[in-house]
Amino acid sequence: MALLALALGLVALPFLVQALGQPALVPLATRVLIYAIAAASLNLALGFGGMVSFGHAAFFGVGGYVVGILYRTYVDDGLFLGLIPGTSQLLITLPAAILVGGLLALLIGALCLRTSGVQFIMITLAFAQMLFFLFVSLKAYGGDDGMTIRRRNELFGLNTRDDITFYFICLAAAVLVFLALWRIIGSRFGMVLAGIRQNERRMAAIGIAPYHYKLAAFVISGMGTGLAGALMANYLRFVSPDMLHWTKSGELMIMVILGGVGTLLGPLFGAAALVILETVLTSWTEHWQLILGPILLLVVLFTQGGLNGLFSRLGIGRSER
Amino acid sequence: MTLVLEQLLNGLQFGVMLFLLAAGLTLIFGIMGVINLAHGSLYMVGAYAAAFAAAQTGSVIIAIFAGLAAAALAGMAMELFVLRRLYARDHLDQVLATFALILIFNQGVTILFGRQPLFVSVPPALNGSVELLPGLIYPVYRLIIIAVGLAVALGLYLLINRTRIGMLVRAGATHREMVRALGVDIRLLYTAVFGLGALLAGLAGLMAGPILAVQVGMGEQILIMTFVVVVIGGVGSIRGAFFGALLVGLVDTSLRAFLPGLLRQVMAGSEADALGAGLASMGIYMLMAVVLLVRPKGLFPANV
Repeated sequence: MALLALALGLVALPFLVQALGQPALVPLATRVLIYAIAAASLNLALGFGGMVSFGHAAFFGVGGYVVGILYRTYVDDGLFLGLIPGTSQLLITLPAAILVGGLLALLIGALCLRTSGVQFIMITLAFAQMLFFLFVSLKAYGGDDGMTIRRRNELFGLNTRDDITFYFICLAAAVLVFLALWRIIGSRFGMVLAGIRQNERRMAAIGIAPYHYKLAAFVISGMGTGLAGALMANYLRFVSPDMLHWTKSGELMIMVILGGVGTLLGPLFGAAALVILETVLTSWTEHWQLILGPILLLVVLFTQGGLNGLFSRLGIGRSER
Repeated sequence: MTLVLEQLLNGLQFGVMLFLLAAGLTLIFGIMGVINLAHGSLYMVGAYAAAFAAAQTGSVIIAIFAGLAAAALAGMAMELFVLRRLYARDHLDQVLATFALILIFNQGVTILFGRQPLFVSVPPALNGSVELLPGLIYPVYRLIIIAVGLAVALGLYLLINRTRIGMLVRAGATHREMVRALGVDIRLLYTAVFGLGALLAGLAGLMAGPILAVQVGMGEQILIMTFVVVVIGGVGSIRGAFFGALLVGLVDTSLRAFLPGLLRQVMAGSEADALGAGLASMGIYMLMAVVLLVRPKGLFPANV
């Protein structure tokens, strides 16, 4: 019921804010949706799989760079690495970003999953930082300054430059991602993953190899985050190493924790809360962090299970653990 | 040759600074099991308090005490009001809470001191250079930092290995429940360890003042490197923190100093500089990845 209301609200939102004379809210909502995709993908690894990755900015940023590099190659009419022609079609760039995100996650995950605990946190961070510095030093693709993408990618001759059109593209992507995650969590695979999170040794004892399940979850997580990165590059029409910085990994993690770790909709609430709070508080005062800090602190100290937990205790929405 | 030696000394100096931060962080993590992202903020508090006191009074001694006291007090307050409630919680809650503390500290400092970085001059008494070897001239102040760092390392070694408190700390790092069961006031121990860690972070901050700009965000830059040190050395191990810090300091400094020059032999100047700087920054993360893949618990694991 609450889910239906949420879906209707998201569809009606652009028209509602237009009617209220606040069209600037549409891009804000778009940003929330993109971050929700990234945070929900991270949550599959972090919340459901128990793999605390501090390096998801790697997949986010690389997804963005896939769009940027393909666009640059397209404009120059050249071949990337002498093999791949460029494109500006959204239906090619998004799957490409998902693919590259997944491959990168396969590589990083295969190595990182040899460790666990705080070592896992740090080694994922290490790989993300390596990519960050790699892109900083790649002068061909803008280096430190990043590169602009003059036009958003094209889709069926729609005007993607239009805020509302792009909002619905992101909404469609978000709906697909959340539906996919919902199916995954409820499947046998999701059950095994939850079992591994709770007790890895017990799952191994009943004949399940935890490594492969965790790696698969990590790869899916990387794919979703790559998609979010590609959408963000289109939204901003700009990519820079900022998208790969460790603070971005931290931000995604904060969204997940704030919303509720290991819940389906938690990351959406977390992304919305963080993005909206930031926007509102910056418009009030230059020292907005001094307000955001204590709010985050209060959420940690006095709510168990983030905003999703708070909502379900107040009787709004539902928690899916 | 003298250039290589000079860079090695720079690496050593950076290494002991990292050690001062890593020692506190590794103790706090090893004993209390808390991931404290706000450790870098204590470093910043130490630097700002010392810079402010030096500007107001002109006295080096007062500046040192101000830096140490401010960092230790901030650390104990942090433990008492926030972290104490989070010991039993998930690591993720600790990450979120200490991230919130970073925001609060950074904005608080911005409001008090503004966004402009403060510049601190080296105390006049230490503002010279000595000729260590023929042709190798090195600033006295940096030598002092190395000496202080090594002295602290020795002091910590004696404290941890030769005293009763050290015994409790070691026992707490490996068998926390057992120590509690034997009737030790673990809360007092926790606050003391946290205060000590904060004190060392403040010491690093106040010594860094004259070398680096004192500015908001200085804590986060060094925090990530400190975590690298802690993980390479082995979480909870002071010895690991020491060798890890020296390793990271030397590797980072020498890569930055020599890699662009080496690359310039094989490619154009500006590209070599950009690529060299990028690769040099990647260096310590590669080091960490390799160490963890070969020895997942770090070089000197605390609880074997």
